[in-house]
Amino acid sequence: MKIIHTHRWLVIYALLLWGGNSVGAATSREVIAEAMLASNDREKIAIIDTLAGLGDADLAALLAAWKRDELFVFSDTNGSKTPVLIPGGQDAFDTAVPQTILGQVILVDGSGEVVVPTRDTMDRVRHNNRLRRAMKRVLDLMDLGSEAAGKRLQAVQTIGFSRDLDNLPVLEARLAIEENGQVHQALRQAIALVQLNHAEPVVRLAAVKELGKIHSLSSTDALTSILADATKAGDQALVAAATSALREVEEHRSVVDFVGTIFRGLSLGSILLVVALGLAITFGLMGVINMAHGEMIAVGAYTTYLVQNIFGAGIVIPAFGLSIGIPGMNLEGWGYELYFVAAVPASFLMAALVGIALERGIIQFLYRRPLESLLATWGVSLVLQQVFKLMFGANNVQVSSPSYLSGNWTVADIVFGWNRVFVIGFAILIVFGVWLALNKTSLGLLIRAVMQNRSMAGFMGVRTARVNMLTFGLGSGLAGLAGAFLSQIGNVGPSLGQAYIVDSFMVVVVGGVGNIAGTVISAFGIGGIDQVLQQYLPVWAPGLGWVPFFGGFLQNLAQDSSVFGKILVLAFIILFLQWRPAGIFARKGRQLDE
Amino acid sequence: MIAQPDNSRLKTELIIAGMIAFFMLVVMPILNAQGIISNFTINLWGKYLSYALLAISVDLLWGYTGLLSLGQALFFTLGGYMHGMYLMRMIGDLGQYQQPIPDFLVFLGWTELPNFWKPFSSFPFAFGMVLLVPGIVAGIFGFFAFRSRIKGVYFSILTQALTYAAAIMFFRNNLLLGGNNGFTDFKFILGFDILSATTQRWLYIATGVTLLGVYALCRWLSKTKFGLVQRAIRDGENRVLFSGYAAADYKLFVFVLSAMIASVAGALYVPQVGIINPGEMVPAKSLEAVVWVAVGGRGTLVGPIIGAIFINVLKSWAARAFPDLWLFLLGGLFILVVIFLPGGLVSLPERLRPVWAKIRSWFPSRAVAVTAPADSDSNPTKLN
Repeated sequence: MKIIHTHRWLVIYALLLWGGNSVGAATSREVIAEAMLASNDREKIAIIDTLAGLGDADLAALLAAWKRDELFVFSDTNGSKTPVLIPGGQDAFDTAVPQTILGQVILVDGSGEVVVPTRDTMDRVRHNNRLRRAMKRVLDLMDLGSEAAGKRLQAVQTIGFSRDLDNLPVLEARLAIEENGQVHQALRQAIALVQLNHAEPVVRLAAVKELGKIHSLSSTDALTSILADATKAGDQALVAAATSALREVEEHRSVVDFVGTIFRGLSLGSILLVVALGLAITFGLMGVINMAHGEMIAVGAYTTYLVQNIFGAGIVIPAFGLSIGIPGMNLEGWGYELYFVAAVPASFLMAALVGIALERGIIQFLYRRPLESLLATWGVSLVLQQVFKLMFGANNVQVSSPSYLSGNWTVADIVFGWNRVFVIGFAILIVFGVWLALNKTSLGLLIRAVMQNRSMAGFMGVRTARVNMLTFGLGSGLAGLAGAFLSQIGNVGPSLGQAYIVDSFMVVVVGGVGNIAGTVISAFGIGGIDQVLQQYLPVWAPGLGWVPFFGGFLQNLAQDSSVFGKILVLAFIILFLQWRPAGIFARKGRQLDE
Repeated sequence: MIAQPDNSRLKTELIIAGMIAFFMLVVMPILNAQGIISNFTINLWGKYLSYALLAISVDLLWGYTGLLSLGQALFFTLGGYMHGMYLMRMIGDLGQYQQPIPDFLVFLGWTELPNFWKPFSSFPFAFGMVLLVPGIVAGIFGFFAFRSRIKGVYFSILTQALTYAAAIMFFRNNLLLGGNNGFTDFKFILGFDILSATTQRWLYIATGVTLLGVYALCRWLSKTKFGLVQRAIRDGENRVLFSGYAAADYKLFVFVLSAMIASVAGALYVPQVGIINPGEMVPAKSLEAVVWVAVGGRGTLVGPIIGAIFINVLKSWAARAFPDLWLFLLGGLFILVVIFLPGGLVSLPERLRPVWAKIRSWFPSRAVAVTAPADSDSNPTKLN
């Protein structure tokens, strides 16, 4: 035992270097049994310390039982001692069945009878403050040697925030061998945080400087408190160091906030773009106010849901008294997760078909009456919402995200969600696709011709009715695609489309009718402004006090940054239309629209 | 071009309107006081009549000026809120918390009334605000919108966005206007118990009288030169502009006027229904009002009234009889009316006249040679 005591840190380092659970033959169960039998507290602590970094499933449970006074040493009449666990402890002696720690079997005496615990035969394993601290350290360090970087990261952060000087050597040992960059960074931060408690002023000073250097966002509180202490103690060097470290951290935070805001703005902009692109075609090019555009988005989202169920266990849809059963393919794992790849074209097709039906059934009669197409399509939107409710229920349906779309990247404290990155990439792809379709295909040429002058195109032999139908189908299909992507980001329910319809009209109006480039710019502009306002309004809000009468009211309202931001965006749009009534890219010409 | 009713038709319309008004405003309340017509019916019709007012405000803009506003629900609800604030003050300390301030403010941790609430204890002030607040909102929005010649579809979309923005704002508690739940549990109006049959009857009469007044006002307005310019803007704005009229000013005036009418409708609606919340403000409600006008017949004054009452009666009945299917019925009706009956229900007799003539011609014994008017096969209403 002496050996263990003197070299206890060495042993810990060895365990950490091993980085796994399988250290030698000793399981945590065996080590704890040994510690229970040790004669004094010093030895017990020494033995428990050897457990550091030994992430065994039993460890936490056994130590917890120890703290709950459920561990006992059974002294047999023949003098042999057995460590046992009695659930419930001394109070449960009458009912509990003792279990050996080592073999995990019921404790029996020489004649094979189950031992009934009594106060004479059972000796409770005591624990004092120092022992409990040793246990806590062991538990804290348990994950430090874990194979999974995520677990290690969490352990490092926990240890760092505990700011316990006893843990310093372990952290330093781990730092020397850590290969994962993120964990490495966290280790540096944890060590510096712990060192803030160090007795040596030099170490404290170095730690403060280190925290400033690594821009540790989570150390603001620690730095603020050490700054206060140093000011009180009159330690000028430390005050200066802490002040500059705090400034560096704040600068880093503002950069992180800024980049994060830009990213969120881009991602919102892409969502708006994807949602509005279909509308830019049906409304922008064709001049049809399709109030059911939102429902086309919902068609796409529900199609994704259907495809997911077809790849999974199948689904039964009640429709108008009948119930249609769709068998599933019962795929699992990767096969199942590929459903989204199939869902994207399926939602395009489905929405395009619904769109074509809508065009043939209703809209073709209303090309000359745009305001009335608004009313008729609103009727369609009511009908479709009710159809969704009857078929899929009034509540949201569950669309699961495939693993390749969930999760995120963290780069220098900035979180990039994969689904958001994906939406941005996808938006770029769709815009490029639409641009190709409109500018490089013969159908695109016909579409542009018909949209510019319907009757003239007709005279030239273009079958305008068919082109109208296909154009509307294309716009609706794009809405369906948007639905497939929204299903990965938000809820899918009957009123999904309603949430986006106002925004998408705004995007198209600001962009300028009949202009894809304008739509792109306005989507990103509106998304960006919205996110910037959401991020910075609470910061700016106190500055609104000067407004006469409404100052306090505005300050209060600006705290609700998401709502107030939206209202401001609308105000900007109205003011923007003062300046450019026909949007960013107005169609040039001298004709009056009458 | 919607044909202006000639004098004899106008006379007939006025006589019919007068008879209906007499029935609604005098006979029905008397029958209600006698217990022949139930309080429920009176209350329901009071609601329909305030909807009819809202419909007239939509028609004044859309049918007469060619501006399809999807923001009328906003003005309607604003009026409701302004009146609701007065009604909330009249609850006094009879609320759940027995505090002198409205319950939701107690719930939000307020101990005394926020400043902007204070003057609403006075009815004249609240009534002034019912006219002023929507008027100012419409004035500011309209000033900017018309100045940059936003019209047609763009105007619709922007008003819809305005309504949407206001709705999300009213849903928040921070606005101190009751958040999601809005105002309810009213107790007194002008010192009378708001739930008593007599008060409700008088509210119904007030709504009817207001409707009659607004009808008369619009009828008069459409006869003036102003009304003529209004319709000219609808049918050819550029030509009006080139003739030297400040079309934007005309439009702004109509927009503000119709916002005020909608607001008064909302103010009359609230005490009869007993609740006002931001749910009334969502864009769909504005569209619904537009549909009443479309179904009834826009560009006429009786059309919106008929449409509002017809659709709401239908809705009350269908929502009970076919809870799952009534949206199909409603949505289908809009589609059919828009495609096949652009003039709305009021144009139905006109549309049916040739059919009627044909039927009559099958019976030669009563050979009164009926020649269908040349233009009777209803050239679809052309707007913009």
